[in-house]
Amino acid sequence: MPSVKIPRKSTDFDMTPFVDVAFLILSFFMLATKFKPQEPVEITTPNSVSSDILPENDALMVTIDKDNRVFFSAFAEKEPSRLDDIINSINTSKGLNLTPAELQNFRKTVAVGVPFSQLKSLLDVPADQQINLKQAGIPVDTTGGELTYWIQAAKSAFAGRPLKYLIKGDGQSKYPSFDAVLTALKKNDQFKFNLITAPEDAPKGTELYDARHASGAKAK
Amino acid sequence: MASIDTGGGDSGHKKGPGVKKAKRLSTRVDMTPMCDLGFLLITFFIFTTTMQTPTTMDLNMPKDTDKKEEQNEVKQSSVLTIMLGKGDQVYYYEGQLKVDATGNNFQQGTFKGIRDVIINKKKEVMSRYVADPKDEEIKQKAKEKGDPNWEKAALDKDFVVIIKPDPDATYKNTVDILDEMTINNVKRFAMVKITDDEYALIKKTEESNGIK
Repeated sequence: MPSVKIPRKSTDFDMTPFVDVAFLILSFFMLATKFKPQEPVEITTPNSVSSDILPENDALMVTIDKDNRVFFSAFAEKEPSRLDDIINSINTSKGLNLTPAELQNFRKTVAVGVPFSQLKSLLDVPADQQINLKQAGIPVDTTGGELTYWIQAAKSAFAGRPLKYLIKGDGQSKYPSFDAVLTALKKNDQFKFNLITAPEDAPKGTELYDARHASGAKAK
Repeated sequence: MASIDTGGGDSGHKKGPGVKKAKRLSTRVDMTPMCDLGFLLITFFIFTTTMQTPTTMDLNMPKDTDKKEEQNEVKQSSVLTIMLGKGDQVYYYEGQLKVDATGNNFQQGTFKGIRDVIINKKKEVMSRYVADPKDEEIKQKAKEKGDPNWEKAALDKDFVVIIKPDPDATYKNTVDILDEMTINNVKRFAMVKITDDEYALIKKTEESNGIK
């Protein structure tokens, strides 16, 4: 009896397209990802249930680290000349006698965390080495302190554009420094702020949880 | 799965003895490890990107004013004052602070328990609601916003939470309590500086409880 011979097929297959796709996706993610911006200090933000997205342009950020030091930074990727306006107005109003090179350096400075008296020595250091420098923090007190002038300068430099005020505080920082930052902002007639937080789910059984889940996915 | 080509399996002795044919090596490479690595990196990038997005929380502060007509008046019976202290402790009282022989309404709690306190107080205030023709406006606004419970929007209009962080409270506590306002849908709340009396009271309580 002739037996039926089943042709043995190879289990090999070509992996090349698979690999192609994998690397295509990989390169997409690598290019689309933004790396964490350089920060003067490590900040662990507290969690909150809010789901608003962080604005990244035309924004001022006040950072409070866990030792209650206050840092000031401005974001103006589209128009860096506005940063020059800030430092120029600080330079003239406070009589700091900064050199043109030092003024230029402010553009690249990630964050300022020194009193006006030490600003010159901070801007003397190239921007990429400032991170190694021990910054004392901008002096703030119950009346706002020097931060008031920074915000004032930034506000006039960004005049005519909606400017966002971000506050990024470390969870361990104490309330008085946060209050002092709020005072400095309030002195400049700013009453709307954004607190940077890490996302968190709404706890089950609460009104917010019910509201978010009742309206389905659109509430996201 | 792809595997290494074993190469000229049938290049036997066709040319006869003595004639050595150079073994033909395959140019095919096993792609599996490369593929593995690719996907490993993809997973890594996917995870790191989604987890690093920070969010922001809106905070609107009123302008400080001394003028009587610009200040808001609140009913004493519908106010809940929450104070934040050292070591993640919360202190609260309803209405006006009263610490004397006739009664003590100064209470201590934790962040876990404060939610129930807020919810209970809110319910209590809502149960005492008296209809007012002015409330139609609030209802209408809620309806326009697409609130499914717009009929009940005016019920808690009297409910006010006053937040008083003391100098020992951390920023995290402050954000947590503001979050609690969002979670429990408290529409009216205010951040106020703590008074000396209240701070002294918290200090005393902390000392007796041994919180450092």
